[in-house]
Amino acid sequence: MRENVVIRTISRISVPFIQVFALYVIVHGAVGAGGGFQGGVAFAASFILMFIAFGLSGVEKRLGKKWLMVYSIIGIAIYAGIGFLCLAAGGNYLEYGAIESAVGVAHLHGYLIDAVEMGIGITVMAVMVSIISDVMDRDGESP
Amino acid sequence: MEAVLEAFLSHYNYGMAIILMMIGLYALIAKQNLVKKLIGLNIFQTAIFLFYISFADVEGGIAPIYLPEGMEAIYVNPLPHVLILTAIVVGVSVTAVGLSLIVRIYEEYGVIDEAGLLKMVKRR
Amino acid sequence: MIEHLPVLLVTVPIVAALLILLLGWHDSRFCYPLTLATILFQFAGGIALLIEVMREGTIHYYLGGWAPPLGIEFVIDTFNGYILPIVLLLALATAVYARRSVEKEIKPEKIVSFYVLFQLLVTGLVGMTITGDIFNLYVFLEISSIAAYTLIASSRKPRAYVAALNYLVLGSIAGGFVLLGIGNLYVATGTLNMADLARLLPASYGLATVHTAFLLLVIGFSIKVALFPLHLWLPDAYTEAPSAVTVLISTVMAKVSVYAMFRVIFSVFTTAYFVETVPVTELILFIAAVAIVAGAVLAIAQEDLKRMLAYSSVSQVGYIVFALGVANQIALEGGLLHILGHAVMKGCLFMVAGVIIYRLGTSSFSDLKGVAATMPVTCAAFALAGASMIGVPPTIGFASKYYLVLGALEAGHWVYAAVLLAGSLLAVGYIWRFIEVAYFSASSHHEGGDHHPAPGVREAPLSMLVPMVILSILCLVLGIFVDPLMKIVAPAVSLLLGGA
Repeated sequence: MRENVVIRTISRISVPFIQVFALYVIVHGAVGAGGGFQGGVAFAASFILMFIAFGLSGVEKRLGKKWLMVYSIIGIAIYAGIGFLCLAAGGNYLEYGAIESAVGVAHLHGYLIDAVEMGIGITVMAVMVSIISDVMDRDGESP
Repeated sequence: MEAVLEAFLSHYNYGMAIILMMIGLYALIAKQNLVKKLIGLNIFQTAIFLFYISFADVEGGIAPIYLPEGMEAIYVNPLPHVLILTAIVVGVSVTAVGLSLIVRIYEEYGVIDEAGLLKMVKRR
Repeated sequence: MIEHLPVLLVTVPIVAALLILLLGWHDSRFCYPLTLATILFQFAGGIALLIEVMREGTIHYYLGGWAPPLGIEFVIDTFNGYILPIVLLLALATAVYARRSVEKEIKPEKIVSFYVLFQLLVTGLVGMTITGDIFNLYVFLEISSIAAYTLIASSRKPRAYVAALNYLVLGSIAGGFVLLGIGNLYVATGTLNMADLARLLPASYGLATVHTAFLLLVIGFSIKVALFPLHLWLPDAYTEAPSAVTVLISTVMAKVSVYAMFRVIFSVFTTAYFVETVPVTELILFIAAVAIVAGAVLAIAQEDLKRMLAYSSVSQVGYIVFALGVANQIALEGGLLHILGHAVMKGCLFMVAGVIIYRLGTSSFSDLKGVAATMPVTCAAFALAGASMIGVPPTIGFASKYYLVLGALEAGHWVYAAVLLAGSLLAVGYIWRFIEVAYFSASSHHEGGDHHPAPGVREAPLSMLVPMVILSILCLVLGIFVDPLMKIVAPAVSLLLGGA
């Protein structure tokens, strides 16, 4: 890809903001519009912007392909783990109230929802980025 | 006649969804290029999303977020939005699988249009 | 534990799929035992649920503790309690069978992802079977479909990519129709829970919205089950996919799609709607009859074993949908029996085709001459399952077709009963083709005078032979012990006909 100072500088400036916004959307999921999926996609968008600006190889060096898979597994593990915790606490699957009453911490279910949303967000981000890098890897970029 | 027109105009969003759907199906059937076919499939799916989103809308409704005590408002129905979020995920995955299949087909046969592909498949 | 079983059947395999992925990186030998263990767990769970349902009645499981119509629920009643063990039995047999066939037919670097996708496909189908929420049904349908597209494409043959793309396009259109139908139902009633829909729908039976929803759902599921004029994706997909995948999608996936069709038509729209309000039964009967005959005729015309079996699937799906068209107690009992019977026998037949491809590298009839001499057990299994496909008396194929004909006669459809019998006659035609080639043609290797068999052609490996033989014996055993089976099928049919 040709060097393009404008694109590189602009994306270098905007990527952190996109990521902070993505995190905000994920965390906001429990109480309003937002959630893991939207946030995860926004987070992935920041990486895709980096792909466009810096090329595939530069970004993949920092963000190994194997790690993307690990992230997606961690995400689902968080989701399923909290679900199973609910079972262990005597409730139905993902019945957050069961854990809350078992542990005895007020408003715990809100944090649990956030954690689940985080899990979804991490998985969505990892899967999106790996799809894009797979498709980009085949044609273009590499000589 | 007037009643029909009235019915159409008051439900024009559904009409638009159907028109968009037909455009998608047309591209799916008539286009030779496999990538364009996949774009047609995407348009087809988007039309369905549009249908869901438009029937969820309420005139003057706002986003369904809790308002401070004492304020009242009409909410739009949030459920179809959530459903469509799931459907969008499905659409993205289908597109990703379809695109990677097309890339493989191109690597294998060296063609990307339907007629050429049929010829190549028959030849092998 | 048992009260959480419905959700565990879906979530444990997803976690297991991740474990397979993680451990598979480390060493791909972990994949197979893990997959087997998970599906064994699911199978045991399915049996336990069936026993529980027969004893206690319908099981409801509210996800997240939210009661329907607000939350999503898993429902297991006699109908899907009956389907679930069938699905998992076939999945288990395929998992056992898959190992050797996968080693040969799939590139080594793809084996890990094969098992992950296999697990996801089975999980999606289980989810489709037990969910009580119509949108959840759509989501699981798409999960299993996407897994199926990629599994078909995992074959070494490049034509598999074209077949998978074909299936992807048609399958996505079907999914789109189903989604649109669900949207219409939501507009008409404001709920997505199936039981709730069945309760609220009668008030709006006259609405065009509901008719549209019905048509869209029926067409969408018809593409998925490959009902005759909409079967175009099926032959290529079944032929080009790796053998294990063909076994899985031809038995399990096809049957779950049929289940979904029955579930939506009977439990959401109820018999009253589609027999009286929108009289489509005549049309469905006609299409099913055409499917039975056309599928069988096309099967006879094929030159390749796997492709022939694929067209035979088109014909056999016609039998199951036929029961839908007759819609009385006896015919539906036959249809439900045929879901089990066809899954078992077609699974066995496709396993035979896979074994032959494993040993000979081809499944075209011209290369199979005298194959029975070198692979006697395989060909015997084919003969037994083929007899069931034709409907020879003590087999399950006979029992199901017997009930179907009885049902058609009871409803006064004499002509269609004759079509059913003609379909059986045509089945003789295509099953006999293989028998003749395998048993009564001189081997092409013997003709040349040198009597050494082709290298590597001998009986199938044990891990492929055992599930195949068990399925073929099941064809016979289930046919003989059909009476205890009817104790499960009959309440399921009453449940369907009695509405939700």
